[in-house]
Amino acid sequence: MTINTLAKGGWHREQMTCFQKMEKVIVAMQDPDMGMKMRNQRLLITVIPHAMTGHDIITWLIQKYSICEEEALHLGGMLLKYGYIYPLKEPRSIVLHPDETPYRFQTPYFWTSTRWPASELDYAIYLAKKNIRKQGELMEYEKERYSVLHKRINHTWDFVVMQAREQLRASKQRRKADRIVLECQEQAYWLINRPPPGVGNVLDMGLERPNNFSLRVTLNSDYYKREIETCRRALGRNRVKSSICLEGFVKYSEQYQNHDPIMQGCLPSNPWISDDTAHWTMNAEMVPTPTRLRVECWSFSFMELLKDVMGRKEFMTYLEKEFSGENLCFWQACEDIRHGESSKIAEKVEEVYKNFLAPGAARWVNIDSKTMDKTLEGIKRPHRFVMDDAQMHIYFLMKKDSYPRYLKSDLYKNMLAKAIIPQETKKSVFPFMRRQRHSSPSPAQAAAQATEEDGRGKGAGPAGTNSDV
Amino acid sequence: MERPRFTPKMSRCLHQVAEKVEGLGQFVMKTRRTLKGHGNKVLCMDWCKDKRRIVSSSQDGKVIVWDAFTTNKEHAVTMPCTWVMACAYAPSGCAVACGGLDNKCSVYPLSLDKNENLAAKKKSVAMHTNYLSACSFTNSDMQILTSSGDGTCALWDVESGQLLQSFHGHAADVLCLDLAPSETGNTFVSGGCDKKANVWDMRSGQCIQSFETHESDINSVRYYPSGDAFASGSDDATCRLYDLRADREVAIYSKESIIFGVSSVDFSLSGRLLFGGYNDYTINVWDVLKGTRVSILFGHENRVSTLRVSPDGTAFCTGSWDHTLRIWA
Repeated sequence: MTINTLAKGGWHREQMTCFQKMEKVIVAMQDPDMGMKMRNQRLLITVIPHAMTGHDIITWLIQKYSICEEEALHLGGMLLKYGYIYPLKEPRSIVLHPDETPYRFQTPYFWTSTRWPASELDYAIYLAKKNIRKQGELMEYEKERYSVLHKRINHTWDFVVMQAREQLRASKQRRKADRIVLECQEQAYWLINRPPPGVGNVLDMGLERPNNFSLRVTLNSDYYKREIETCRRALGRNRVKSSICLEGFVKYSEQYQNHDPIMQGCLPSNPWISDDTAHWTMNAEMVPTPTRLRVECWSFSFMELLKDVMGRKEFMTYLEKEFSGENLCFWQACEDIRHGESSKIAEKVEEVYKNFLAPGAARWVNIDSKTMDKTLEGIKRPHRFVMDDAQMHIYFLMKKDSYPRYLKSDLYKNMLAKAIIPQETKKSVFPFMRRQRHSSPSPAQAAAQATEEDGRGKGAGPAGTNSDV
Repeated sequence: MERPRFTPKMSRCLHQVAEKVEGLGQFVMKTRRTLKGHGNKVLCMDWCKDKRRIVSSSQDGKVIVWDAFTTNKEHAVTMPCTWVMACAYAPSGCAVACGGLDNKCSVYPLSLDKNENLAAKKKSVAMHTNYLSACSFTNSDMQILTSSGDGTCALWDVESGQLLQSFHGHAADVLCLDLAPSETGNTFVSGGCDKKANVWDMRSGQCIQSFETHESDINSVRYYPSGDAFASGSDDATCRLYDLRADREVAIYSKESIIFGVSSVDFSLSGRLLFGGYNDYTINVWDVLKGTRVSILFGHENRVSTLRVSPDGTAFCTGSWDHTLRIWA
């Protein structure tokens, strides 16, 4: 294990931020002007001052943060879970009830953040007090923990018992109401910091993250040289005006709104809601007739067209008609080099050179001489990115020239015209009858059944979808 | 050291520009599937390109592949370490990658033979000097991008296990990464405990852009669908949107009543909605353009640790410390 352990008494940064924010809420709740109205609460025969009901808490939260009741209940519940508020009548029920159930604010002395982390010694003293006060008052799990502690910190046990006796004596001299309040507060603190078994430990923070960063990355001169370089580049960078960028977001969202199933729903129905996989079947990788939304999407950007296996196939058909199919083939071959196995790079580069770049090549691509020279030079020592410039040149050629013409072509227009607009599935007559959910063949299965021909292009494109019902 | 923040007064912010956009109406999303089977906290999940399968990993070392639609478990692997914080589905759907406290990222081909022990075919790909926090396949099954508690990110060749490129620049643990959906597909963004979000060039290993406006650890970064921006979620309880062309933060998604950190963020398909999984067990849904909170979803009984929208945008999946995963639609 190579996780750094925190120094004793270390703080979880994330935890502390949350505590601080919760404490702000708590302080606001107790504000004399804007805070909650508190009242006395009867506990058996004693009157406890400064208490509030669950209903009060929720009402205040709703009003202060303009949230709904469910959210207020949740937020209030969190304050309870972290020990900032505790229930008076049933201390072990750390749940916020939206009714007349009484609650009280925990005193800052017992805030989890004040005494973080809760110490074993303090817990031992607390259990000892309970044990002394009334024999047999300890619960089963508390008895177990008490004996475990007794073994573990046996050397300080005299101190523990002495402290416990001292604290009990001091508390006897208090007024009954104060004594009860103090006991409630202390009990509430320990219910949070040492929860009973079965109750989730809300203070479980998972893996600790380091506070002392210099143990992770050495902040040496190399690091700062890089920082300076990054800043220098940042200074010289061309920036686009914010307003133009932001308009871009608005336009993009508008364009894709109809394609967003969570925003607009999807036709014939959302499989997750209706249990009907028709939507997936209709949008499978290769279908005889694609849906209208899908074909429309190809017109949004060149990347959308190429991303879609079917769109790419259609585009290839078009290019071949124009005798420029080799451009797309070249682009695909370059993708394969970029994303394929390292071991095959050299042989793939050789293939590409033979087929597309060599003088008199069968599928020669038209690249400007500067890029061609640079590429040919690079091929002498082939690496993953050696084709990047040439690939980019061809990509933009297709994007600026062939792609716009494709969108205006009959091939595309016909595809769009005959594309399906699925009918919305009417809600079932018996809505409580759930459709049977059929499994689909795993992609791993589909790949194993695929023939050798598939092998070459497999790396570049997205995986197949086989969701036949 | 506190860096001075310069916010030009004349710059417009996103929700001003979006004033003319129609607001979103009532928003109803429910849990449609609950996946039970993990014995401990779920830490990470990823979708398969087939839009219905997912892989998930948990604290007890288990990695499970599910058909989320039927809720059937299809594969299970037990890792030799606990806290498997990262997992990813290969683009082909034929393998999964995962790692965590073992400091490695391993690839498991998904066997069709249910009796075969997946662990036998395991391939160790990445080696870091501290825990693995995130991993992602690039455009193919052949390369993996990783981020680690050792403060670096790295690009690996799966077949040979060779380190192709390493990325230095974070001052502390790197917690998350996301690949850019750009045309040239050469960049990715990472977020870390140093509160920085860095954009990297995969070819040169250089940090191209850096953003430091969060007040605490960045737990999650995700690109806007167009690739021109990315969102981040942090322990400071805010999500933020950074525009790459304007080179600055353009929106903050926060609310006074939201106190707990964001563990995970993702966009809906059109980029109009941003979903955030929070440490207070909830999911908040934000209107990206208007900056308002559209909805809050309850259901998990402990922290939401991971959240991803499905590849076709029909649903999103959350994983939680309550040992379950939920599909929402």
